[in-house]
Amino acid sequence: MNPWTFFLSHRSEILSATLDHVTLVLIAMAFAIAIAVPLGMLIVQHRHLRSIALGIASVFQTIPSLALFGFLIPIPFIGGIGRRTAIVALILYALLPILRNTYVGLSGVDPTILEAAEAMGMTNTQILLRVRFPLALSVILAGIRTATVITIGVATIAAAIGAGGLGTFIFRGVAMVSDSVILAGAIPAALLAIFADLLLGLLERRLKVV
Amino acid sequence: MNAKPEAPSDIAIEFRSVNYCINDIPGRAIVSNVSLTVLRGETLVLLGRSGSGKTTLLRLINRMLVPTQGKVFVEGRATTDADPIHLRRGIGYVIQEAGLFPHFTIAENVGLVPSLEKWDPTRIAARVEELLQLVGLNPAEFSSRHPRELSGGQRQRVGVARALAADPPILLMDEPFGALDPVTRAELQREFSALARRLNKTIVFVTHDIREALLLGQRIALLQAGRLVALGSPQDFLRLDHPEAHAFCACLEPSERAHK
Repeated sequence: MNPWTFFLSHRSEILSATLDHVTLVLIAMAFAIAIAVPLGMLIVQHRHLRSIALGIASVFQTIPSLALFGFLIPIPFIGGIGRRTAIVALILYALLPILRNTYVGLSGVDPTILEAAEAMGMTNTQILLRVRFPLALSVILAGIRTATVITIGVATIAAAIGAGGLGTFIFRGVAMVSDSVILAGAIPAALLAIFADLLLGLLERRLKVV
Repeated sequence: MNAKPEAPSDIAIEFRSVNYCINDIPGRAIVSNVSLTVLRGETLVLLGRSGSGKTTLLRLINRMLVPTQGKVFVEGRATTDADPIHLRRGIGYVIQEAGLFPHFTIAENVGLVPSLEKWDPTRIAARVEELLQLVGLNPAEFSSRHPRELSGGQRQRVGVARALAADPPILLMDEPFGALDPVTRAELQREFSALARRLNKTIVFVTHDIREALLLGQRIALLQAGRLVALGSPQDFLRLDHPEAHAFCACLEPSERAHK
């Protein structure tokens, strides 16, 4: 069967797999942002925590994705086969780029500006939220963009542990030795990644201050 | 030297045997045994080469730094006994390159301390307008602009306006005009000198430029390697018999040395 015919005949299936994929990525990114951005703010103020937090996040990033899924399966509560395990792995994967960029962005603010803020009697919290954070926003967003693209990619592998999404087609296609089935997963996944990258890149440029 | 005995209320800032060492390590003194009073309403210039400790002295006043030994008193109260946030909001601060917030408009930059002090927005707006006019910027033209849309001289004017916003009795200035081109610098120095006389603030002004010191200072404190080596009026300074004072005076033209 040619890929185009397969696409048309399975379009509702492909669409629902795409939606699953997007949901998986959105849930994982929401958690990763909620963890990594506040953590980045914390390690800017408490420098002794910095190497520990960045170290742990780098370890997760270093583990090959399929191996990370494998490690999580035997862990009680978060493990097992299915979406929950996949989401946990995706969160762990997305942490480092967001954490690192949050830290770099917040600590890279021009020291003259921080000196002025301190000298005018702003508290540490005011300096963090009203000066550092707005000035670091585009750098933080660049981290979120990198993490999103990685997560869209890694989420295709999550199909291996039964999380659904576009990876389902890719794995099935490999097993069936069918290019059409592989492409039915690979093309939408690639488009999703490109689209997310463009969209977040646009947002990032809009939020750039200087 | 105008060193007649002053009543305590005439003293705005006092350094009493102040030492400051990096990380409190005694061997690395940035400021050594400085005792100095700044009178209310005067402009005192801290003059010295790079690394002479003048910026450190300035930062000891608003408790950005705490003395390793000795005490700094602001309005009769040791800085270490004061709440640093409250202390700093009562002291204006102007630095080189102004340090304006790039994500704030000019009006937001100038109105920052009043807004931190929770002034009423209409009062802030009125104050911002008044201050922009004071530093020679048309409020209608500049209020809603961002710092990057201004020239270096205009930004520095905004920096002065921001420091004056909550009408603090004391103003600290760290080489505020150092990064400007010579023409703009001379212009701002002249205007600021007139402004300072009118405002009746206590001003501590850091510079390494002897001309600026002579133009703006009512008294000049000469610093060398963390020590206060001389203190006196500009006229006194030109007559000082100290190698460091000679070194600074050597930067002047003979005519400048004579007419002061």
